[in-house]
Amino acid sequence: MSEIATPAVQVSVAPAGRIRWQRVVLHSVLISFSLVWLFPILWTLFSALRPYGDVIADGAVSWPAHLSLDNFATAWTVASLPKYFVNTLIVAIPAVLITLWVSSMLAYVFARFSFRLNLFLLMMFTAGNLLPPQVIIVPLYRIYLALPLPRLLSDNGLVYDSYFGIILIHIVFQTGFCTFVLSNYMKTISRELTEAALVDGASLWTTYRRVILPLARPALAALATLLFTFIYNDFFWALILMKTGDKRPITSALNNFQGSFFTDQNVLAAMSFIVALPTILVYLVLSKQFVRGLTLGSTKG
Amino acid sequence: MLGETEPLDAAPLEPQTGGAAAIPRRGRSRYSILTRRDKTVMALMVGVPTFLCVTLIWLPTIASIGLSFTNWRGITPLTDQNLVGLKNYVTLFTTYPFFWPAVIHNVLWLVVFVFIATPIGIFLAVLLDREMRGTRIYQSVFFVPVVLSLAIVGFIWEQIYTSQGFLNSVLGHTSSSTAIDFLGNANLNIWAVLVAASWRHVGYVMVLYLAGLKSVDPTLREAAAIDGANARQIFFRVVFPVMRPINIVVVVITVIESLRAFDIAYIINRGKNGLELLSILITNNSISEANLLGFGSAIAVVLLLVSLVPIVTFLVRTMGRDTV
Repeated sequence: MSEIATPAVQVSVAPAGRIRWQRVVLHSVLISFSLVWLFPILWTLFSALRPYGDVIADGAVSWPAHLSLDNFATAWTVASLPKYFVNTLIVAIPAVLITLWVSSMLAYVFARFSFRLNLFLLMMFTAGNLLPPQVIIVPLYRIYLALPLPRLLSDNGLVYDSYFGIILIHIVFQTGFCTFVLSNYMKTISRELTEAALVDGASLWTTYRRVILPLARPALAALATLLFTFIYNDFFWALILMKTGDKRPITSALNNFQGSFFTDQNVLAAMSFIVALPTILVYLVLSKQFVRGLTLGSTKG
Repeated sequence: MLGETEPLDAAPLEPQTGGAAAIPRRGRSRYSILTRRDKTVMALMVGVPTFLCVTLIWLPTIASIGLSFTNWRGITPLTDQNLVGLKNYVTLFTTYPFFWPAVIHNVLWLVVFVFIATPIGIFLAVLLDREMRGTRIYQSVFFVPVVLSLAIVGFIWEQIYTSQGFLNSVLGHTSSSTAIDFLGNANLNIWAVLVAASWRHVGYVMVLYLAGLKSVDPTLREAAAIDGANARQIFFRVVFPVMRPINIVVVVITVIESLRAFDIAYIINRGKNGLELLSILITNNSISEANLLGFGSAIAVVLLLVSLVPIVTFLVRTMGRDTV
């Protein structure tokens, strides 16, 4: 309604010719901004499609003499990208699922049962999520070095340098944001539904599992999309808490590729494009979920 | 059942209406539904995550404060001998050469984000908040950088900035000897990085702001338009003040993002030579390059104290309303 109402009023105030002229200006401004915004990505793609020799001979801004996918193939094998993508999935899949599970339970209790402690706990989780991770890294690093872990989960018997450790810190850090969003969402679900189930003798767990979880599905889907992107994009945790370069997920592994790893700028461009692609695709396919997840938190449901 | 709809808002009204006795009665009826097993399940649901959050986030935060008064290097066990009082802070503020440059860079980051990137994001949101052909496509274009990590943003912008990159080629610097070293020059690289980081931040602000604009009551604008206000007046005098809660969230997120800045500077040159940032000094001093755990923790405490300002603002603004 709001979108329809605004132009209708404007029409009554301004003549039609001025409106059309305004639209032309508006679109020109937006198209110029769009071109500037897309340029770095398109330029990276353009560089990735050209051989290094051509760039040296003709300069970077020149008509392409050859275009091929060779650089992509080189980047894929030289940097062993598949290995790092697998590492990302090893971290991201359990981290996303467990974070949603834990935070949906927390949110259910916070949204449905009013204890005096609830608000304090919710603040504690959310504040933890907002803290710059570097504030806690020095003691956390020492804790990870000191905590033993069964060999089954860790090569060196420590939480440090294990996938378990990386998954754990993602869960702990992301739970705050997800609980905040989910508890706001669950407050909009009718209270009678859960209370009726409890009165009818359903257990707390059944009510959570059979009533709340199905109703919260839209919010969970939105958060899953967002969480996957957050975890895919994490650079810091796996950089510091994972020593073995080969075990790092893709974004942290970018650190291994810095400096002289690629002597060929155009292969580097291809690598950058390949690494950027998954989250762009997730966004293009699930843009509605994505934006909803992001704005659910800021606008209070 | 009537009183059950909004218990948090309803609670403070009780003393005025004289129904103080209603609080315990209502509470008892709610929890009497729960069996003992339910209560155990609930304690686990809340207790386990709380335990993990406290041990992995809040204990380290307090430990950082404690460590900042020591000269511990993590090799020998920590004893009273390691206590050095405020020595780390004195060194940090007076002789350590990278602290003030890092502070300046963090402040610069904040200033550019608050006064350039955020207004551009708001401007784009206002332009896009109308019935218009292609508005979804424009939104997607501006949002694409937001889904990328700042580490990969660094790699993408390297293609623009390097000696064989776009900018040098356009400026006619074809040989690497005459090329401008955008990422290596200590006076230029922070600006190059800020352009790249702003590219990402604008889309983030745009999406948050668009969601806020959609929630503004349309009759407010109609009333202002009928009273003869033009588009600019409607935005600055009517919409912007109504958007106060969103404005605060946007400012808080902007401040937090500036304090968290790490990835892009680290990926470009490990935060050296013109790209020093507080977050990077912490890790470089205590983990990746040296083992000055006490000194690094002192920098962490500075970062913590500054971060508490936006964090507390956020908590008070978003959750305070429920309690009061």
